[in-house]
Amino acid sequence: MALLEVKNLKTYFFTRNGVVKSVDGTSFSIEKGEILGIVGESGAGKSITGFSILGLIDPPGEIVEGEINFDGRDLVKLSQEELQKIRGDEISMIFQDPQTSLNPVITIGEQLMEAILYHKKGVSKKDAYNTCVEILKTVGLPAAQKRMKSYPHQLSGGMKQRVVIAMALLNNPKLLIADEPTTALDVTIQAQILYLMKKLSKEFHSALILITHDIAVVSQLCDKIAVMYAGRIVEYGKKEDVIFNPLHPYTKGLIECLPKLNDDKKRLYQIPGIMPSLLGLPKGCYFKDRCEFADEQCDVYPPQQEIDKRIVFCHKVK
Amino acid sequence: MLKYILNRLFHSAIVMFVISFIVFFIMFKAGDPVQLLLPPDATQQDVIEMRHALGIDQSFIKQYEAFLRNVAKGNLGNSFVYGQPALDVVFERLPATLELSVLAMIFSIIFGVPLGIIASIRPKAWYSKAIMFLSLSGISVPVFWTGMVLVLVFSVLLGWLPSSGRGEVYLFTSAFTWDGIKHLIMPVLTLSFFQLALILRLTRTGMMEVMMQDYIKLATAKGVPRRVVVYYHALKNSLIPLITVIGIQFGQLVAFTIVTETIFAWPGTGKLIIDSIQNLDRPIVVAYLLIISFIFVAINFIVDVLYTFVDPRVRV
Repeated sequence: MALLEVKNLKTYFFTRNGVVKSVDGTSFSIEKGEILGIVGESGAGKSITGFSILGLIDPPGEIVEGEINFDGRDLVKLSQEELQKIRGDEISMIFQDPQTSLNPVITIGEQLMEAILYHKKGVSKKDAYNTCVEILKTVGLPAAQKRMKSYPHQLSGGMKQRVVIAMALLNNPKLLIADEPTTALDVTIQAQILYLMKKLSKEFHSALILITHDIAVVSQLCDKIAVMYAGRIVEYGKKEDVIFNPLHPYTKGLIECLPKLNDDKKRLYQIPGIMPSLLGLPKGCYFKDRCEFADEQCDVYPPQQEIDKRIVFCHKVK
Repeated sequence: MLKYILNRLFHSAIVMFVISFIVFFIMFKAGDPVQLLLPPDATQQDVIEMRHALGIDQSFIKQYEAFLRNVAKGNLGNSFVYGQPALDVVFERLPATLELSVLAMIFSIIFGVPLGIIASIRPKAWYSKAIMFLSLSGISVPVFWTGMVLVLVFSVLLGWLPSSGRGEVYLFTSAFTWDGIKHLIMPVLTLSFFQLALILRLTRTGMMEVMMQDYIKLATAKGVPRRVVVYYHALKNSLIPLITVIGIQFGQLVAFTIVTETIFAWPGTGKLIIDSIQNLDRPIVVAYLLIISFIFVAINFIVDVLYTFVDPRVRV
């Protein structure tokens, strides 16, 4: 059985202007030790999917339907107290912006040790301290003991993200959700952090959900890929299949956008138009206005199809 | 740190020097206290003699120079009305005022901060709305009205609490005797009503802002219990602006207990300063304002030091 199986997840936000269906019927699964990439543009519902798994949806948002089966439990049905025991212990999360994800008035050491002390009752402060120093060394932070006493503002962005990653790995979680872990970092650090995450997830046997808008990152790291568009998954399958033989026109467009080395074209390809607002979604296929293959058939939302060992939602794929 | 403290002391000395000059000048221009001090049938000779005795027959520069000479000796002059050293007169009344202000501030913080946190967590719950409504009335209702309604209810109608005076004093304060406490309750409540509402609203706004931050979400995501997230992670961050305001407000409390002291006939400095301004009793007014500005400067200094404990990004 899969470690995590998300079935028909729907997370809606009930705003003053109407219901925003941020995640609208998403299904995927991940096995132990596997890396799943969720790709999509900003506002496609990637992060909300991640937050939903941990039950971190604040009002006016709400999980209205679906199941999140994790290790034999449906997380949607658990209370906040039960979720609190899972968070940071069995499932942990890495946030997008290291500049804002650490508390500015609490030391790094205290913020790290907290993650242990609230989960493992009976662990002494000294043991927790030693574990934290060890993990800081593992993520490659120099002068780990000195850093335990530092405050976040004394660290650079890359160092902070290493601390956040260390924090997520402390309790050896079964599942790690990384929400654009490298977006806020500069390119040289990006590669280091990504390599580190892959290495650590293999080392700790953790499954990893990598949420990103960068399909190049996904193609390097992941075993499986789910492409999201306007709150729904449009294509989902093994990395090799999705990257080297994309079926959905949106996935094709995303891959086409990447610069290629042996290509003398002057301009990069871009998908025409923008993603529709979640408050004013078109009837039928959400991608039809930007799709070169669209016709009247696309006025009905495409059914799920299983073609070429993957799941795809498109009328035009046969 | 020592350099910082010395620097601050130097600054405050300049501030107090400027204040003394301004107050001295205004009081010089305000009028002739002798007319108020002497009986209406006093002769011209009496007036001249009194002016000479008080030293106010000289030019402004001469008078101010004499004042500065006395200050250097630690003497702010004798009160025109009481004939005693002005500092002694103010210091004699100061404990009563400080007692009111400190207790009102403590009361406001003890109730304002927790109520503000409660109202911030579920802003749409009925109790949050009730708290916010009450705090709005706390900000809008004038102090003299609150005081008089309290007197009407608890002294006139119920007869539970005394309506005026300070009660039995022990060790400079009336907070250690039962009689003193009974006298304190209403003035403290009256004085803290506005402060409580202000602190409550500030806490709520600060908390709501902090609770939306990523680090709060991350703390939750790492499995920190809700109450620790709220009362430690979030509160520690919203304390930063709160400390500033509490500092400023405390200065205000000390300086503006006048209305409350008048309603409850509280023998503090508020009453003294009003009387002294009316009597043109310059030494008292100058001494009072110097002490108040010193309190302001001291509070600012304490606030700065507290900052370094709460916010590691600030280091003096």
